[in-house]
Amino acid sequence: MLVLAAGCGTDGTSSAPAEAGDAATITVFAAASLTEAFTSAASSVPHVRARFSFGGSQQLVTQLLQGAEADVVATADGPSMERLVAASLVEAPVTFARTALVIAVRPGNPRGVVGLDDLARPDLAVVLADPSVPAGRYARQVLDEASVRVAPRSLELDVKAALAKVTAGEADAALVYATDVRGSAGRAEAVALPQATAAGAAVSYRIAVVRSTRQRQAAEAFVVAATSGPVRDALLAAGFTT
Amino acid sequence: MRLGARVPDPDRRPGPPWPIVAGGAFAAALLTLPLAALLIEAPWSSAVDQLRAPAAIQALRLSLTTSLLAVAAAFVLGVPLAWVQARLDYPGRSLVRALTTLPLVLPPVVGGIALLLAFGRRGLVGPALGAAGVRLPFTMAGAVAAEAFVALPFLTLTVEGGLRQVDRRIEDAARTLGATRWEVFRTVTLPLIRPSLTAGAVLAWARALGEFGATITFAGNLPGTTQTLPLFVYVTLNGRDPDGAIILSLVLLAVSVVVLAALRDRWLRAL
Repeated sequence: MLVLAAGCGTDGTSSAPAEAGDAATITVFAAASLTEAFTSAASSVPHVRARFSFGGSQQLVTQLLQGAEADVVATADGPSMERLVAASLVEAPVTFARTALVIAVRPGNPRGVVGLDDLARPDLAVVLADPSVPAGRYARQVLDEASVRVAPRSLELDVKAALAKVTAGEADAALVYATDVRGSAGRAEAVALPQATAAGAAVSYRIAVVRSTRQRQAAEAFVVAATSGPVRDALLAAGFTT
Repeated sequence: MRLGARVPDPDRRPGPPWPIVAGGAFAAALLTLPLAALLIEAPWSSAVDQLRAPAAIQALRLSLTTSLLAVAAAFVLGVPLAWVQARLDYPGRSLVRALTTLPLVLPPVVGGIALLLAFGRRGLVGPALGAAGVRLPFTMAGAVAAEAFVALPFLTLTVEGGLRQVDRRIEDAARTLGATRWEVFRTVTLPLIRPSLTAGAVLAWARALGEFGATITFAGNLPGTTQTLPLFVYVTLNGRDPDGAIILSLVLLAVSVVVLAALRDRWLRAL
């Protein structure tokens, strides 16, 4: 409940009129895996000052459904966004970035993980994201399709938390996004999945303007920047594809 | 009475200052509203089904197990600590009290990180523990450890308070009648502080049952192993079943109310 209250904390700043030359402040709810890319592009959209609330896509969707105020929302999958579309809370969403699921291991791959089959090894501490967030659902899908039975040690609440268990050394491997590993500054290494498997769980991000926004112009500008402007450049720099 | 003009006349004391009364009433309403909302918005019609769902029962059972084990651990560790703090005068006693009380006010997630750095696989003593076959992260024992860590101060402070109120002459009398120190502790001191032991244990249990931050950080989130009730509530709220989350929140609310009611006399006195 506290989380919901925090999500509702969008205050009067977003209702200030956007005057020419003045930056309008918008609140962007974004999937945790977008943290680095979005943060680095926060001030690169002209006349827009974006502030972010990062979290598991489902968690953000729950907050919005409960009445949290935001101007833009970006999820790491389609189904989460569809819940907002079904509730008529957002404008038509667009796909703006893609990444791939990889196996994150500790630097140097000390446990010799080469593929999905290794995740079934009983000597390997594997963590996944909880199936209630996109990364967890993608992971389960990939493992099911490859018929690999994994006994995860933990189902973390978002993809960043799953990766954190690897970088902290508690887990040997985690199924996370390639871009998260890239953003981990060398504290984790990625083992790519076979091409066919990766294609089976192509991770695609959706972004949409929240209907109740009082900063429509700025919100739309941010969405445009994510599909073709400076935010897209930051996404590409972080290793996302479009 | 002619003691001076400033002595207020009790018969002519003005009514209570209305801004403070209004502020107090507003605060009470504000605190009550969310709890009332939980009761009003709860999907009562499906409550029984929600509580019978296997996943919910699993989380309930795990929470009961881990919280009771955490209280047991807090008991074993906390009673001697309380005795040392209440009875021994040694240099650094206030420092020890400050350090052992810290989890009471420490953000639980910080506690979880600290536990990880101490008992994690690459922590200070984690490797030694691992060599001895003890693994805490991602295990039920880890969830118990996280809960005990945050619950311990409630027990220690309450029991210490109780020990300070014991009339030491009763213990001295037992000694003069030939009882050993251990016999005195067991047969005189412990029975005398039973109310504090009960209050401390109940407070510690309530805190352990509600633990979230240290558990998710240190022990992880796996149904049946480390996914305690608060974690289950969080995951179901964001996932497939918000209604289930509300019903299980009510369970935790009910527990809190019962604890508060049971301790209404002792709560303030003991702390």
